[in-house]
Amino acid sequence: MKLLAGTRKGLFTLEGDGSSWEITDRQFIGDPVPMLLALPDQQQLFIVLGTGHFGTHLHRSIDNGKSFKEIGVPVYPEKPESSDDPCPWSLEMIWSLESGHDGKLWAGTIPGGLFSSTDSGESWSLNETLWDRPGRRAWFGGGYDWPGIHSICVNPVNQRELTVALSVGGIYRTTDDGATWNPCGEGLRADYVPPDLAFEVDQQDPHRIVQCPAQPDHWWMQHHNGIWKSTDNCSSWTEVTDVTPSTFGFAVACHPADGNTAWFVPAVADESRYPVDGKMVVTKTTDGGKTFQQLRKGLPQSDAYDLVYRHCLEVCDKGETLLMGSTTGNLWSSIDAGRSWQSISNHLPPILCLRLLC
Amino acid sequence: MANVAFTPNLRRHLSVDKCTVPGGTVNELMRNLFESEPLLRGYVLDDQGDIRKHVNIFLDNTLITDLESVVCEDSELFIMQALSGG
Repeated sequence: MKLLAGTRKGLFTLEGDGSSWEITDRQFIGDPVPMLLALPDQQQLFIVLGTGHFGTHLHRSIDNGKSFKEIGVPVYPEKPESSDDPCPWSLEMIWSLESGHDGKLWAGTIPGGLFSSTDSGESWSLNETLWDRPGRRAWFGGGYDWPGIHSICVNPVNQRELTVALSVGGIYRTTDDGATWNPCGEGLRADYVPPDLAFEVDQQDPHRIVQCPAQPDHWWMQHHNGIWKSTDNCSSWTEVTDVTPSTFGFAVACHPADGNTAWFVPAVADESRYPVDGKMVVTKTTDGGKTFQQLRKGLPQSDAYDLVYRHCLEVCDKGETLLMGSTTGNLWSSIDAGRSWQSISNHLPPILCLRLLC
Repeated sequence: MANVAFTPNLRRHLSVDKCTVPGGTVNELMRNLFESEPLLRGYVLDDQGDIRKHVNIFLDNTLITDLESVVCEDSELFIMQALSGG
């Protein structure tokens, strides 16, 4: 297996058998890699480089990461002079990257843009129907200054169906490859806005949504205000409340074959954002959220202040091997579906994203 | 026409060296510069053509924000990075 880790200080490639991992390559050392996309069957690897001073850049490899070439980045259209939109129409960050049908690439950006490319990332087009939604004015920044698309889920059965999630701005679905969009956040609740707005779709802060590849009607969400599940392909959501030690967090992973099984990495809500009592734990349900296990074996149980970001919990095809990376540079693996964890490294740079290639 | 120099940090990303570039304003000079070094544009300017927040441009030792600033025959232009990051 291969693991690609985008960190605050570069890209790390690890190879291993699940329990034992070795860092085999280090690239772009010194620069943040907030997102990456690997297409191993095409030997393609896309790396977002978030150089602090010189902006966001995108590099592509066509030889599985041996060499890279800089390619285009999403470019926003010029904001009309008549516009009173307070949001800058300018790229701050590429927060999500996925591949769709016929080789199309999708990029979610801050502020709030969804871009597509049909030429392997050389050029990008803004999805104007989503950008032009009147409801976009209600979107706002969470941890970042402006809203951003962090989750792009391409339906494994029908790749023209795409679901995207924003912090903060809700969830939107297209069934016609981006021509039209509809919100799909029924049942979600936001406690950080006045009560009258709590159920508005544009006010929701899904930290991360994931779709079960084998059961595409099953979805899990780590929301700012808790955990939600959908069994009707994202049309409606049901809150899962009875989860110890916390329902707050960022990352969620769904079992590739079993939509009732999911893992979360809880933290103290919501400004503090560290493991409850300084004890690192993963929570797991195997019965659709009725009950949760607390998985602690192998994880630090004192003075741990790791936060696991939304793109930093990966699960392999069979649902047994998991990888988890934290803001403190800890990287852990599990080969028994999370029951126990092994440390791979305690001193990597802060981990921003992981991609596990099984 | 001006002599243009770059922060050495840019060399981590691009192969750019000190050069002499024609142009009556910083804007004209930049256009000519980017014509010969197309990738440089995305490092100095954002996607809307504005100077990046963390890039400083000094024209004859004066920090400028106006790309229409006039360039003299023997001007010195420095493209630097601001002191920020972590």
